[in-house]
Amino acid sequence: MVETGRKIRVGLFATCLVDLFRPTVGFAAVKLLEDAGCVVEVPAQTCCGQPAFNSGDTNAARAIALQAIETFAPYDYVVAPSGSCAGMMAKHYPELFEHDPELRARAIAFSAKAFELVSFLVDVLGVTRVAARFPHSVAYHDSCSGLREMSVQAQPRALLETVEGLELRELSEADTCCGFGGAFAVKFGEISTAIVDRKTQDVAATGAPVLLAGDLGCLMNIAGRLKRQGSSVAVRHVAEVLAGMTEAPPIAEAPAGPKKG
Amino acid sequence: MSVHAHPTTPQFSANAHRAMGDGNLQEALARLRVGFSTRRAAAIADLPEFDALRDAARDIKIHTLAHLDLYIEAYEQRVKESGGHVHFARTAEEARRIVLDICAAHGAKTVAKGKSMISEEIALNDALIAAGVRPIETDLGEYIIQLRGEMPSHIIGPAVHLTKDQVEADFRRAHTHLPHDRDLTEPSAMLAEARAVLREKFIAADVGITGANFLIAETGTSVIVTNEGNGDLSQTLPKAHIVLASLEKITPTLEDAAQILRVLARSATGQEMSVYTTFATGPRRAGDPDGPQEYHVVLLDNGRSAMLGTEFEDMLRCIRCGACMNHCPVYHAVGGHAYGWVYPGPMGAVLTPSLIGVEKGGQLPNASTFCGKCEDVCPMRIPLPKMMRHWREREFERHMTARPQRAGLGVWAFFAKRPALYRLGTALAMRALAFTGRTTGRISKLPLAGGWTATRDFPAPQGRTFQSQWRDRTKAKAR
Repeated sequence: MVETGRKIRVGLFATCLVDLFRPTVGFAAVKLLEDAGCVVEVPAQTCCGQPAFNSGDTNAARAIALQAIETFAPYDYVVAPSGSCAGMMAKHYPELFEHDPELRARAIAFSAKAFELVSFLVDVLGVTRVAARFPHSVAYHDSCSGLREMSVQAQPRALLETVEGLELRELSEADTCCGFGGAFAVKFGEISTAIVDRKTQDVAATGAPVLLAGDLGCLMNIAGRLKRQGSSVAVRHVAEVLAGMTEAPPIAEAPAGPKKG
Repeated sequence: MSVHAHPTTPQFSANAHRAMGDGNLQEALARLRVGFSTRRAAAIADLPEFDALRDAARDIKIHTLAHLDLYIEAYEQRVKESGGHVHFARTAEEARRIVLDICAAHGAKTVAKGKSMISEEIALNDALIAAGVRPIETDLGEYIIQLRGEMPSHIIGPAVHLTKDQVEADFRRAHTHLPHDRDLTEPSAMLAEARAVLREKFIAADVGITGANFLIAETGTSVIVTNEGNGDLSQTLPKAHIVLASLEKITPTLEDAAQILRVLARSATGQEMSVYTTFATGPRRAGDPDGPQEYHVVLLDNGRSAMLGTEFEDMLRCIRCGACMNHCPVYHAVGGHAYGWVYPGPMGAVLTPSLIGVEKGGQLPNASTFCGKCEDVCPMRIPLPKMMRHWREREFERHMTARPQRAGLGVWAFFAKRPALYRLGTALAMRALAFTGRTTGRISKLPLAGGWTATRDFPAPQGRTFQSQWRDRTKAKAR
């Protein structure tokens, strides 16, 4: 798949949550892509439009999608450290333009080059191992969109196996939803909590001190619940571990060491 | 009045709140979520061609729906030729009227009923009772909830919301003619007791009412699948047999039905086949050992033909296996009654707004994480999340979306369409949020996000946005 002569140009779609909440995931994604031989750029960007799409605001979703299609036109691939945003671009953009053949054709062409980060590394770039060390047991949660829309399941596990010192402990229901669901988590907070409680119980049952996943939405939900429950489980995006960039404190945890101010 | 006629669907959140505090229900749900999915997975692992069968089954339904008028006509013709009657009911009211008229013509005092979701949909029992006819539910689950005066909480397991102890208590309360000290600890003892009680009632019934899993256009046959054999008795012993079915149950040929049967039970209970698959064609003929004197089919529309040709047409492929709810995290958390009407779970979240109106049913398609597991397990490959999203679109177009969500979305979309403003606005907002959560890395209370922070901390942002840090890095490299 990797062409000879010219390096693959990847436009990184950072995703809103990584851009705003956890830039370290963006830098980890860049490192993984660069290590695999890609040229990575981050064009000025906003959102993939999924919040609008899932709220039924199709017009806003279309406008935002067209903007993303335009922004990432110069790149061979658009890669996101999220199965959810990648799924929006790869699976749902064409649906948005079902009644406009010309835009639909553009959306389809765009969707063919949109990928989730870890599956892109493995399936497209042929990465089989990473140079990282993480001497901990970890549990891995399969985010729903990544799993069901982008077929991300074996790839992160395969790469995690090559992280020095890491031991993977499977959740008993790794493929069950964590209860995030975007606006659902706020609008139906009580149901969302009941669902995430099953996930945190499952995490605890593995005994692993670390939980990883490939989507920041799920991670913020699970971490938010774990911390409220007083759990010491550290929650991170899988890219941070694969890139060996785990200096930043885990999600929803304070910086280590003496606090300033 | 019952919940049939007055859905509590608009109070879904309140229903769900109650359900999550109900210990018996939660115990029953914990059993359900493991049981159904484990059995389905085992059945499918034993059948490597399952996905190919799903495709074939789906294609049969797609073809049938595209030519539904022709197949309905053919079906009606075949039923007439076999000596039966087909009654078309546009609404629930018309369907009830037809059934009551047939019961009146036979002077019926009691009717034996096999399990039928259409009977629930049209609230038939209330109408029968009001007309002085006693409906006897003969499916064990339906019988239990009839004793309790409840709705089914699941389309294939009406009483799955109950624990064994609750059912035992109901039996002791209802069957007062039996010895008080009898042993009901084993579920099989309860089943035997229910059978004995019901058997007498079959004999006394004047009319039998069943649903149908398939109506075969080729032969005019109605097909039901059951695990208790109660449907057979309901339809053969009484003088008249009434089949209640909605029009999408029409299936072109017996062979098509056989194809779909291969995915039905596996998806539903993990059985290869249900215990009984019963075919009924017309009334008893000369020389038949048994069968009803009259055979009627009530073919219900009740909003379904209006779904044809719309973005909701795919929903009419549903074969009522229940796999979507068996695998739904929301259903697992709240159970079926919270949905407030006849059809719960993901299939209900799509179908209910179609049948009772989006004004009443609109919360259901929003109460989904879009995890996609329902579509993943649906034997008919119905794109359930996509159709829930279509309902959200309709609600948005009609300004029915909750005001805070709509306002929040509007602000978000405004910035998302303007990258420069977005970068500036988000950079400032994240700095402020990061400052709020600077000591703990999390925020325990956020305005407008109480649904989140009531039970979960909100992770604080790291500080500067990725995009602003990236631009600095790029500039530094260029130097």
